[in-house]
Amino acid sequence: MAQPRTLYDKLWDSHAVHQDAGGGTLIYIDLHLTHEVTTPQAYEGLRLANRRMHRTDKTIAVPDHNVPSTPDRMEKIEDPESRLQLETLKTNSEDFGVEYIPMDDIRQGIVHIIGPEQGLTQPGKTIVCGDSHTATHGAFGALAFGIGTSDVEHTLATQTLSMQKSKNMLVRVDGKLPVGTTSKDLILAIIGRIGTAGGTGHVIEYQGEAFTSLSMEGRMTVCNMTIEGGARAGLIAPDEKTFEYLKGKPRSPKSNAWEAAVAFWKTLKTDDDAKFDKEVIIKAEDIIPHVTWGTSPEDVLPITASVPNPNGMTDPNKKSGTERSLKYMGLEADTPLDGIPVDKVFIGSCTNGRIEDLRAAASVIKGHKVADTVQMLVVPGSGLVKYQAEEEGLDEIFLAAGAEWREPSCSMCLGMNPDILQPGERCASTSNRNFEGRQGRGGRTHLLSPEMAAAAAVTGHLTDVRKVVSQ
Amino acid sequence: MDKFTVLTGVAAALPMVNIDTDMIMPKQFLKTIKRTGLGTAAFFDMRYDESEAERPEFILNQAPYRQSKILLAGRNFGCGSSREHAPWGLLDFGFRCMIAPSFADIFYNNCFKNGILCVTLPEEQVEALTAQADGSDFTVDLDKLEITAPDGSVTTFELDPTRRHNMLNGLDDIALTLEHLDKIKTFEAKQQAEQPWLYT
Ligand code: SF4
Repeated sequence: MAQPRTLYDKLWDSHAVHQDAGGGTLIYIDLHLTHEVTTPQAYEGLRLANRRMHRTDKTIAVPDHNVPSTPDRMEKIEDPESRLQLETLKTNSEDFGVEYIPMDDIRQGIVHIIGPEQGLTQPGKTIVCGDSHTATHGAFGALAFGIGTSDVEHTLATQTLSMQKSKNMLVRVDGKLPVGTTSKDLILAIIGRIGTAGGTGHVIEYQGEAFTSLSMEGRMTVCNMTIEGGARAGLIAPDEKTFEYLKGKPRSPKSNAWEAAVAFWKTLKTDDDAKFDKEVIIKAEDIIPHVTWGTSPEDVLPITASVPNPNGMTDPNKKSGTERSLKYMGLEADTPLDGIPVDKVFIGSCTNGRIEDLRAAASVIKGHKVADTVQMLVVPGSGLVKYQAEEEGLDEIFLAAGAEWREPSCSMCLGMNPDILQPGERCASTSNRNFEGRQGRGGRTHLLSPEMAAAAAVTGHLTDVRKVVSQ
Repeated sequence: MDKFTVLTGVAAALPMVNIDTDMIMPKQFLKTIKRTGLGTAAFFDMRYDESEAERPEFILNQAPYRQSKILLAGRNFGCGSSREHAPWGLLDFGFRCMIAPSFADIFYNNCFKNGILCVTLPEEQVEALTAQADGSDFTVDLDKLEITAPDGSVTTFELDPTRRHNMLNGLDDIALTLEHLDKIKTFEAKQQAEQPWLYT
């Protein structure tokens, strides 16, 4: 009998084009998502070497990182560099014949939101993008990973990548999440457990009821932040929910092809007895809402905890790291997390900018007001998310509470567009990175779920959403 | 890509863990459409104060470390984003070799694509090398897979043979792959027959 294989093994094997003597494998790429930040130098490289694209029908381009979230964005983009980068994406896409979604198209949005939304993201595909959060698409059982610009160029020129195979890692979370705990808390808790280098060199497969019971959008939140756990890709085997989500999407397989595709997708799962190189097993019932306190996603704790105290830490690296984080974050050791005041609240990003995230935040904020001391930004992840939210009246709920309702963009997830934190400002953010300066130089980021972010907006400080909802 | 055979130069130590790509190259520098010119932006927030004046206490602002070619860092170096602007900035500054107990995957790969050698060594060995990083020259020999410290002691390291071969010869990855174009086309024909929905 054939050796039992993991889902990752199967995806790898079915895309191997060629193996070289040194152990590298040429992997075929089924979908290449592109945006303005990591492509200009790749196209420049093609031009300099006088090369063409191998094929254009597996690549799509959409502007997101530099796009302002304000309504006047079609008239003017103040920053000349942002403008040039956006124009460069458009020109390059046109020159090389790549499908381009313009800024004024309702489908425009964050690249990792539009892939699934358009049905381009499908089980069994290999998907790359010059962006580390490409891991998002693993929620569909696709092998999806971020690449640098040289690899973007390589993909454009050859539709393949030369790669070394990663190891297999299993993260199994048994049981259901308690009420009030979300997919964001789940992935934050996992990162807290394994650390930001816990998955380095591995592809993680998520198994267990905690993941299968999540919606597709919840699964995307989990897979999105896999990169924060150091793994290049995260995978969840496709199931009926996956097929249901994809059915009827603009780029999903149609009519006869649909049946054939589903039949194939059903084979995409890890064989019984397949071996993982590393396994982590967690109980879902123990996970409560989480929030980060420091400058790395692994600096995360349940909201009921207090800021760690570096005194008494024995590992000198950990001690100095914690001291540095606390200084940057302007926090005293042993301060309860619940109660730390915030200046800004950001709901959006490829981690939590989908319709269910907006619904969840709206359900917490409905009937409340955003605290006077807080500015709250709600930024849908795509034009279609925005449209859907407005159909459901979510914009009215946010506006009535005193929040700002913006246009689709990466926005405050990273300060490449006008939405940034000022030095010393503290933000409750549904995004994915709390690195120093990530949201603006000197800005302080606390990562949390949309529900927790909404609760922070209402109370003016980090707090346990379960208290706000039960009031 | 330039060939990498033997590198001799000053090593600067940044003994911190989890140095992320936002620290190496903050987002405001990702707006460029060129690969070059990012050397002045590398480690921006650590290197300059709020008024963008150099912080004299930062190692890369001190002689002889301004001329560093080798960087010694803590574990999980380069974690975070896929931005190749990080290695471009390091290269433009003058670095050709990174030494750390571990690297984030994407960053590691990006470095090799730009002719920067990443050497992974056990924590104690990185610390031992760091202890010798006093501004004297180190030598990194990719052919022999050896690092010679200023006191003459030699540390050996391992590297994937394909990466080593490509670096030593300064090979162009795309040209190498295009030699297999027929295999790529055969793959496409087979995949199209089996999964036609991928080709609509
Ligand atoms: S939302 Fe943030 S993490 Fe996601 S693609 Fe945009 S900048 Fe990157």
